[in-house]
Amino acid sequence: MMEILHCTLNGRPVEVGYDLRESLLDTLRDRLGLTSVKRGCEVGECGACTVLVDGEAIDSCIYLTAWCEGKHILTVEGLQDENGELSPIQRAFIQEAAVQCGFCTPGIIMSAVEIVGSGRTYTREELRKLISGHLCRCTGYQNILNAVERAVEECHKVAGR
Amino acid sequence: MEVGRSLDRVDAYDKVTGRAKYTDDLRGSGALVAKILHSTIANGVVKSMDLSEAQAIPGVVKVLTCFDVPDIQYPTPGHPWSVEEAHQDVSDRKLLNRRVRIYGDDIAVVVAEDELTAERALRAIRVEYEEYPVYTTPEQAMAPGAVPIHDEHPDNVLKHTLFNVLTPGAQVRDVDEVFADPAYRVFEDHFDTQAVQHCHIENPVSFAWMEGERIVVVSSTQIPHIVRRVIGQALGIGWGSIRVIKPYIGGGFGNKQEVLYEPLNAWITTQVGGRKVKLECTREETFQNTRSRHAIHFDVKAAVRPEDMRLMARSCRAVSNQGGYASHGHSIVANAVTGFRQTYPDELAHRSDAYTVYTNLGSTGAMRGYGIPQCNFAGECFMDDIAREMGWDPLAFRLRNLMPLGYVDPTNGITCQSTGLAECIRKGADFIGWEKLRAEYARPQAGPVCRGVGMAVFSYKTGVWPISLETASARVVLNQDGTVQLQLGATEIGQGGDTVFSQMCAQAIGIPTEDVHIVSFQDTDTAPFDTGAYASRQTYVTGKAIKKAGESFRARLLAYAAGLTHLDPGNLDIQARQVVNTRTGTPVLSLAELALEAFYSLDHCEHITAEESIQCKNNTFSFGACFAEVEVDIPVGKVKVLRIVNVHDSGKLINPKLAEAQVHGGMSMGMGYALSEEMKYDDKGRLLNGNLLDYKLPTAMDHPELHALFVETEDPSGPFGNKALGEPPAIPVAGAIRNAVLQATGVAIRRLPMNPQRLVEAFTQAGLIGKEE
Amino acid sequence: MYDFTSIYRASSVPDAIAALEREPRAVVIAGGSDVLIKIREGKLAGVPLVSIHGLDAELAGVSLLENGDLAIGPLTTFRGVTRDPLIQAHVPVLGEAADMAGGPQLRAVGTIGGNVCNGVTSADTASTLMAFGAELHLRGPAGWRVVPISDWYQGVGKVDLGPAELLCRIVLPRDHFEGWSGHYIKYAQRNAMDIATLGVSCLVKLSADKTTCEDVRLAFGVAAPTPIRSHTAEDGVRGLPVAQAAERIGTLALEDINPRTSWRASKEFRVQLVRELSGRALLEAARKGGAAV
Repeated sequence: MMEILHCTLNGRPVEVGYDLRESLLDTLRDRLGLTSVKRGCEVGECGACTVLVDGEAIDSCIYLTAWCEGKHILTVEGLQDENGELSPIQRAFIQEAAVQCGFCTPGIIMSAVEIVGSGRTYTREELRKLISGHLCRCTGYQNILNAVERAVEECHKVAGR
Repeated sequence: MEVGRSLDRVDAYDKVTGRAKYTDDLRGSGALVAKILHSTIANGVVKSMDLSEAQAIPGVVKVLTCFDVPDIQYPTPGHPWSVEEAHQDVSDRKLLNRRVRIYGDDIAVVVAEDELTAERALRAIRVEYEEYPVYTTPEQAMAPGAVPIHDEHPDNVLKHTLFNVLTPGAQVRDVDEVFADPAYRVFEDHFDTQAVQHCHIENPVSFAWMEGERIVVVSSTQIPHIVRRVIGQALGIGWGSIRVIKPYIGGGFGNKQEVLYEPLNAWITTQVGGRKVKLECTREETFQNTRSRHAIHFDVKAAVRPEDMRLMARSCRAVSNQGGYASHGHSIVANAVTGFRQTYPDELAHRSDAYTVYTNLGSTGAMRGYGIPQCNFAGECFMDDIAREMGWDPLAFRLRNLMPLGYVDPTNGITCQSTGLAECIRKGADFIGWEKLRAEYARPQAGPVCRGVGMAVFSYKTGVWPISLETASARVVLNQDGTVQLQLGATEIGQGGDTVFSQMCAQAIGIPTEDVHIVSFQDTDTAPFDTGAYASRQTYVTGKAIKKAGESFRARLLAYAAGLTHLDPGNLDIQARQVVNTRTGTPVLSLAELALEAFYSLDHCEHITAEESIQCKNNTFSFGACFAEVEVDIPVGKVKVLRIVNVHDSGKLINPKLAEAQVHGGMSMGMGYALSEEMKYDDKGRLLNGNLLDYKLPTAMDHPELHALFVETEDPSGPFGNKALGEPPAIPVAGAIRNAVLQATGVAIRRLPMNPQRLVEAFTQAGLIGKEE
Repeated sequence: MYDFTSIYRASSVPDAIAALEREPRAVVIAGGSDVLIKIREGKLAGVPLVSIHGLDAELAGVSLLENGDLAIGPLTTFRGVTRDPLIQAHVPVLGEAADMAGGPQLRAVGTIGGNVCNGVTSADTASTLMAFGAELHLRGPAGWRVVPISDWYQGVGKVDLGPAELLCRIVLPRDHFEGWSGHYIKYAQRNAMDIATLGVSCLVKLSADKTTCEDVRLAFGVAAPTPIRSHTAEDGVRGLPVAQAAERIGTLALEDINPRTSWRASKEFRVQLVRELSGRALLEAARKGGAAV
């Protein structure tokens, strides 16, 4: 059941053969080598496979590649700028010690990209809700929230001028 | 000072860019997929299997069953091996088991070209069983006439230990004599803890292939050197013919301190001509087939002296539900009853009575805290219940009875070499506003929503000596630019090990941490021997090896520099990447110059390295306290944690920022243990909630702000004044929350988790719900 | 990789209906968050799929019809429902309920139509749609058919959806929401990523002076095998002052519910939740409607 997908992946046009039965997670990991996208539960309960499709964070394990024709897909591999500089979100995760085992990290960073990209600021409680689709066993979410909050503030300062 | 700096993690960059490689990220293409057939009964025997339909499916490479595996029973826990037979781990399983002991036991495996084919083939296998009664509780399994789950243990008791401990100088026979003394008030109580799971977000996964006659296994494990040994034991082959590689791992928390499916996968590859085979647990298999925290029932008794709040004697009987396989076996409940005893040394006597009982539930093993979260819940609830009955402040009652500095455990000799526990309690009490809140919430509260504040404390040893071997090694290798590589058998599992190891190494040599390049992955062919990440041991035990290797390396650097400069090495020091003449205070050459010279000198070429191993015959206690303020919505059984703080004495902190992060994670795990997490089984032994929707791991919305504070003692036995921190943060949380609920409602909960239904039942029984109707 | 035999990506509603006629075994997939999980579990393994994913032009979005009724396209995601200005203006409680399903990633793909068509009693939007007396507009080979939501649920996971029929529109009649305020309580073990132990949706129509409940609608999820309305409770508190209504409504509701004991929660516990939370939902609905509570 093979077909060819045409989409934009991390800013670049991509064509890739895939099996119609594949999840986007399968295609990204196994065909495109984007191993930042992690498999944690396969049923949309942990958030480790989160990527952005047309700017929205979704669980790629329960999203069919067959639905991605013509779409814009963003993963953590696409976050560094042309000079290789980390995005403010990635920097904040390092500085706030929001990373431990690191397995949930890429997925949460992608949700943070959507959050920061909204251009809004949020209360702590709103941020809790916005990252509530990610399970993390290492951090108690404390430093993750600190990192997202910091990234939101930094980007809002820049964008808000 | 490199030790004590809040440096960024050395692996953070790779982790935020998605570049850090975990096991499955390294698999590459072309691996066969192995999928396990799990039994649909919990107790019995596989009589026969019909594989014909499964074998006929195109894409199925091989079907292997419990009738095919080597006739070898092997152990699975991640303990150091013991050369004394009496202390060796229990060997009670084969690679695939004909004798089914848990629902979902591993009875066959399909190897296929892809996952869907493997799954279809699993559905096509027909199995005939002989079924036995299913035992879900120790009581059922110990009842007369029960079928032995393992023939070696006809009564289903894996082990029973009884220790009567008299305090040195005490003039009593045993605890019963103290309990009978009318001068004391005697209390009795019962507590139950539940099975919970680690819930590392990366499921256990490995891939294996053969290189020549050797088997290579890449696995998500905390203990690569132990995995190598157990594969050798399980397959009956030389340990040297196995190579285990451990990449980054997505959490372990003790579940990967267990040799799970690596031996099976190593064997499978030998059955398919050495082709690469991947074996990955689904989340459901992780729940059903890996390990969990023991559910333990506690019967506790205490005698107190009313005049001065002194604990005179206590007894603790603990019955631990082991599930179908021994795993870490009796060590965990033994640790639990010992931990119960240690925090508050009784004036006169103590009795510890512990049972580990096989049942047909999922197997239990190591999980962060290793029995101590269980005994701590029982012990800390018990302390509050006694204090409440006696009208004492629970904080003052604890302070009166804490383990003192210099305490020597009468059975194992572990000594309290530093303690900041009393200071931890004061700091936590100040933070939460103990006296004020305690008084405020003691007054009658109107309405259905009530508040309370509670606390709990703990002690925890550092590593496993003298119960088990403690050893570690470290290798430091000079690079041409004057930086070094650090190679260890100790593992980074998310806790920040690599970062603090690098800091320790830098400190010992006298260079910046930035100049230490740690080799994060362990490859048992090249990594020095270390037993791995467990028992909160690595900063303490591996730290000693790093310190020793770093100091040796430094001495060699200076000796080489002395040879070059004709100065006395005693007058040389390393400062700011320079070798400095300490007499004149002037740099004599840079480390980079020294390194180039050492590598390429035509006159005196030397590859400067240092490798040291240590055996640690020491141990020490770390301590801490948790304070929690809660709000209880009584009619609907909801507990909201308003504020919570953990205060830890883990000795000197190597990296305060990472230490704080470690505490957050433990607090979170403790909150799940307290309020929502529980593995639920039916009477057939089937796990009902083995997925992340039905197993209630707390989300970001279920947490309050987490506060972590420290009391930094300088432990004389630690390599840098440090002691255990990895596991402790998870320990005191459930007790503190429970005691806060007790103050808020007056209802003493004795069973975890304190989930809404259980609370509504308890509040109804206590008359708090349903009074007005 | 998911074990389905084929996937037909429909280009329009008629195309989807024709595909379903050709392949009667086919299962409709929209957001995928329900169907894909059932395929993985094996419950739907080996089925053919007809995908209506992306038919947003025909099936997504919210509009106000000429008669003032509110029409919701079934492909509108939970997030789409929550963020829609018409929902926020006219039936904010529905947006609030949709915002409690799963987590953010799920709400970005899960659809309100799927939430209604899978027939699950715990569906977060179902009790509120029940309270609003929604009308479900179905289109099939024989044309259009309208089913009131009170007749929609036929048992656990069973709804009144005929062969090759598609849910094409969810309509909230104007007089069912105009002048009403509402509140939904999702009672679950976690505050996110959970299924409801009990869902309570209460709508209140207050008197002009905002003191009395002129009318009340109360609906539950997980209080019975399907979402239900509690007419006994509604009849019993109609015309009562707000505080009195809140006090009585929970006990009255017990007449109409039929919760089950499962390993997730006992019947007794769910009964206690109904007794307690019905009044809380009513009070909050009244507060949102302007009552001084």
